[in-house]
Amino acid sequence: MHIEIDEIAKSFGATAALHPVSLSIPSGALVALLGPSGSGKTTLLRILGGLEFPTSGRVRFDGQDATGLSVQDRRAGFVFQSYALFRHMTVFENIAYGLRARPRASRPPQAEISRRVTKLLELIQLPEIGPRYPTQLSGGQRQRVALARALAIEPRMLLLDEPFGALDAKVRKELRQGLRDIHDETGLTTIFVTHDQDEAMELADKVVVMSMGRIEQVGRPQDIRTRPATPFVRDFISA
Amino acid sequence: MSDATHSAAFRSPTTEAPLARWIAIGVAVAGVSLLVFAPLAAVFAEALAKGWGAAVASLGNRDALSAIKLTLLIAAIAVPLNATFGIAAAWAITKFDFRGKAFLITLIDLPFSVSPVVAGLCIVLMFGTNSLLGGWLVAQGYPIVFALPGIALATMFVTFPFVARELIPVMIEQCRAEEEAALTLGASGWRVFRTVTLPNIRWALLYGVLLCNARAMGEFGAVAVVSGKIRGQTATMPITIEMMYNEYLSVAAFSLAAVLTLLALLTLLLKTGLELRHADQLSASHRH
Repeated sequence: MHIEIDEIAKSFGATAALHPVSLSIPSGALVALLGPSGSGKTTLLRILGGLEFPTSGRVRFDGQDATGLSVQDRRAGFVFQSYALFRHMTVFENIAYGLRARPRASRPPQAEISRRVTKLLELIQLPEIGPRYPTQLSGGQRQRVALARALAIEPRMLLLDEPFGALDAKVRKELRQGLRDIHDETGLTTIFVTHDQDEAMELADKVVVMSMGRIEQVGRPQDIRTRPATPFVRDFISA
Repeated sequence: MSDATHSAAFRSPTTEAPLARWIAIGVAVAGVSLLVFAPLAAVFAEALAKGWGAAVASLGNRDALSAIKLTLLIAAIAVPLNATFGIAAAWAITKFDFRGKAFLITLIDLPFSVSPVVAGLCIVLMFGTNSLLGGWLVAQGYPIVFALPGIALATMFVTFPFVARELIPVMIEQCRAEEEAALTLGASGWRVFRTVTLPNIRWALLYGVLLCNARAMGEFGAVAVVSGKIRGQTATMPITIEMMYNEYLSVAAFSLAAVLTLLALLTLLLKTGLELRHADQLSASHRH
């Protein structure tokens, strides 16, 4: 799905988290929002997911205005920073949650839910962990379950907030490839937030560098490396 | 001696010397026995002073039975209502920012600091026959004071903070992320509350409800003022116990007191039972 961000601004009280920013994300792209903490990248992601409402500006999905669309109706697969798995539910129930939450008319029957969850568990290469609780999983497994749970609703886009932030270096590398594979397999427009430039450069087709609530540069990883547009970008990527 | 210094050198920094440990345990055990266990045992001893027969017979008394029924009825009214109010208050305080939030928190705590007798008097002043509202209600045939509604109101006033107080810290500690995740998965607000919020707070809620229940059954001061102590009609268990005791019916008084104590122990037992049964989920939701 093509996502268009048109002059989106967000302020919390007197502090501006986002100055008007505009960005066009083509359908099927894998985009990184890169920046230090406080750069507004997570706020932008949350606005796309419908968890935050912009102070001004519009969001368009495939040309249709989606600014006022409720979080439930956006069908954005959202992966939270600490994964936010439901602690009191098994992995199976976590992944099935979105399907069970559908209105009765469009809710799949039990057998179909079961089939889809099994398929998703295979997709994340953890077919055996359905009956376990989130606390019984490793960090990497939790991240993949969170991804499967987000994919279960057949989302129109995938939004990930620091998806590798809580993992150690080795698992991080593995899961980067995992996300790349899932993106290529599903063809979903995918946006992830990160403060780690290696991660952004290695994984994304397109990197959006942000600072202080503004977009500093948008470009392919190699272009940003070779031709930083502003002093901030030059500093940030040489760090 | 050298042995002692040796073991002391390898003691974990968070444990104390054996002497300190035994003193701490001793003080705790002595305190609990002297202040809690001995008086409770005395209640049962007094109740059974003239044998089981006399104790059971005194409970078969019409006044005692009516008191037990009334107390259970009041708890059945006050506890669910206060659980609902408590959840709503804790929800409002922890999930939203609004004007007067600090004031609301103070109001919730108010029943803890106001003497129950004062609470009872407030209800008499508001709903008594001499007040405007009370007079009108009596004329319509709905007396509040010296009747069931007054006792329920007084009990609810006194037990209001228990559920909210248990829930607020738990709900503050919980981040919004799980609820937000449920929303992005398409769940409605009510569904999020039912399937995510409520399961996460259920143990605190249970604990709050049990405390609320124990206090609702045991409340004396506020109820004494509003009930009028009409034997067989508005006398709850604590009130009846006091009246019987004042009339030197010590077996009857202590038998009823023993029943009240058993009701409290039953709720504690219920809580422990539930915890054991759901131990796996409990540990799953607490371990990190």
